[in-house]
Amino acid sequence: MDLHEYEAKQLFGEYGVPLVEGEIADTPEQARLAAGRIGHRVVVKAQVKTGGRGKAGGVKVAEGPEDARARAEQILGMDIKGHTVHRVLVEEASEIAEEYYFSFLLDRANRNFLSICSKEGGMEIEEVAVTNPDAVVRTPVGPEGVDQAAALEICRAAGLPEEVRDCAAQVITRLWAVAAGEDATLVEVNPLVRTADGRIVALDGKVTLDESAGFRHPERVPFTNGSDVDDRERRAKEKGLNYVKLDGEVGIIGNGAGLVMSTLDVVAYAGEEHGGVKPANFLDIGGGASAEVMADGLEIILGDPAVKSVFVNVFGGITACDAVANGIVQALELLEGRGDDSGSSGTGKPLVVRLDGNNAELGRQILDERAHPAVRRVDTMDGAAARAAELAALG
Amino acid sequence: MAIFLTKDSKVLVQGMTGSEGTKHTRRMLASGTNIVGGVNPRKAGQKVDFDGTEVPVFGSVAEGMAATGADVTVIFVPPKFSKDAVVEAIDAQIGLAVVITEGIPVHDTAAFWSYAGSKGNKTRIIGPNCPGLITPGQSNAGIIPADIAKPGRIGLVSKSGTLTYQMMYELRDIGFSSAVGIGGDPIIGTTHIDALAAFEADPDTDVIVMIGEIGGDAEERAAEFIKANVSKPVVGYVAGFTAPEGKTMGHAGAIVSGSAGTAAAKQEALEAAGVKVGKTPSEAARLVRAVLGGTHGGEEAGALSTAAPTAP
Repeated sequence: MDLHEYEAKQLFGEYGVPLVEGEIADTPEQARLAAGRIGHRVVVKAQVKTGGRGKAGGVKVAEGPEDARARAEQILGMDIKGHTVHRVLVEEASEIAEEYYFSFLLDRANRNFLSICSKEGGMEIEEVAVTNPDAVVRTPVGPEGVDQAAALEICRAAGLPEEVRDCAAQVITRLWAVAAGEDATLVEVNPLVRTADGRIVALDGKVTLDESAGFRHPERVPFTNGSDVDDRERRAKEKGLNYVKLDGEVGIIGNGAGLVMSTLDVVAYAGEEHGGVKPANFLDIGGGASAEVMADGLEIILGDPAVKSVFVNVFGGITACDAVANGIVQALELLEGRGDDSGSSGTGKPLVVRLDGNNAELGRQILDERAHPAVRRVDTMDGAAARAAELAALG
Repeated sequence: MAIFLTKDSKVLVQGMTGSEGTKHTRRMLASGTNIVGGVNPRKAGQKVDFDGTEVPVFGSVAEGMAATGADVTVIFVPPKFSKDAVVEAIDAQIGLAVVITEGIPVHDTAAFWSYAGSKGNKTRIIGPNCPGLITPGQSNAGIIPADIAKPGRIGLVSKSGTLTYQMMYELRDIGFSSAVGIGGDPIIGTTHIDALAAFEADPDTDVIVMIGEIGGDAEERAAEFIKANVSKPVVGYVAGFTAPEGKTMGHAGAIVSGSAGTAAAKQEALEAAGVKVGKTPSEAARLVRAVLGGTHGGEEAGALSTAAPTAP
């Protein structure tokens, strides 16, 4: 789970990482008041979970409270790469002497954590890594973590100026404390700045928390309830479903993340032949595929006005296809019961079902016998994808 | 022969008395796996009856190994306790630990992986968040349905569970030497490369199928390894060509951010290494048939496949 900058900085504050004074604001008036309290030149920063906000005009310097209000008015509601700005962070503007880059992140290849440090921060680190690879220092983190000595070694290797190394190293140990203590898979500060008066400050913050470790951090639950989560995604999450909204017309339900991802591909290929229709979502209902779970999944997908047809792609591994077939039919009946008379439950939309694997014949037989008007049975993945794409194009 | 798991493997189950452990121990036994014991310190000394087969419960992996000569452990322990369970397996120096559990914090996986290294890597770790591995007709360590495919000469390595099943099903008439689900987490023990090396050395494997998905650069590294070290034909499939950037798709590993890690980049790397990559699972299956040529090849075998009976 990616955190907003202000959330990342909340964690940084708890671990003693030095920050500049700042407050969040949801309205221009709140931004004006915040700037008044901070009492200096301020920076108004859009809080969106995507990069490139500066370039998009989402970060502005303001000279005093009235200017902060005006800047916030411009930024709030702005669309940055598909993310609407609902909140800004108003921060004291810093006199920057130098900008560094620092991060801890998961290194899949080496199966441990890695620190990346560069004295050339402030811009895209990927770019520095290409144009000046020697300026980007990668250091693996051992099982013992990062103490002051290890952090000093990182600063030295990255060529940070001698006079800031002690201070920067201390900040690095605290950033590691954030990573280890909060089960973060990414802790990034870009830029980590030396101010004109010689302090080391985290001017930005990017943190990704490991959702699998949520059981160790019940106090971080508020972070998961961010305001910019798609409403359908939030409802799916409440039901324990693994759902991602996409921008196409063919609703997708399947069991197993890999199979569902593969289903998205097959539907997109088939869509090329049918007016360019695309998958409307990713939804993995997991191994169980009970009627209740199927109903929850179908309810979310059929309720999406963008969805014109649905492809249910199930491979019966441990789950038996006859149980899945019964689940689908019961789910549709359940939904027809749940829905109002206006048809908003979407149960009239065509459902293409492909069942294969364990008890597939029995499952197909059940679908044929129940003969639900919305259900069309197609027995191969490619064929079913083509049918679903065709129906979406017609719908 | 097969890889990592044979009919001689003696298998312990950590977490056998939990609901998932019980369910899958019964299935593993039914498919002929030699399950020699479960591990649960609170139930040590008891016996659990699985449809007439009595399986003893030991207090630790080390005790179970001492009593039975076990060389494989399958771990169904819940995420909170998984790290300790794997560390216990490493301390006992068991040859293979298959970690089925989904949802283990990645800091815990990093910790037990590094612990395994500090102990000299005497325990091969498969997973976590994986379906395990099967050597059809011999042994099954994990949750892969045993009746999908018969024994044969295809070796399969995959990040994804259901795609493993799908691919085995597509090629069930030809059959598999071993199929290994290595798991979709960002940090996993056994990698594509480890499995490729083992299949290359396995005299019972003629062709290797490798299934990857978006995220990370494991497939790219596997491609480099194939170019330098694998002489057997490899057919690939990568899921997630149409996945949008910056969205996590179920597996923690399956996230695309930026250009690296995309399915297209992986396909390109694999093809440059001489791997034939299918656009869909079915196309990958057809490529396997084509590679095997005469004996299994072409349209005829394809027709045979659709006519083959469903798994019982």
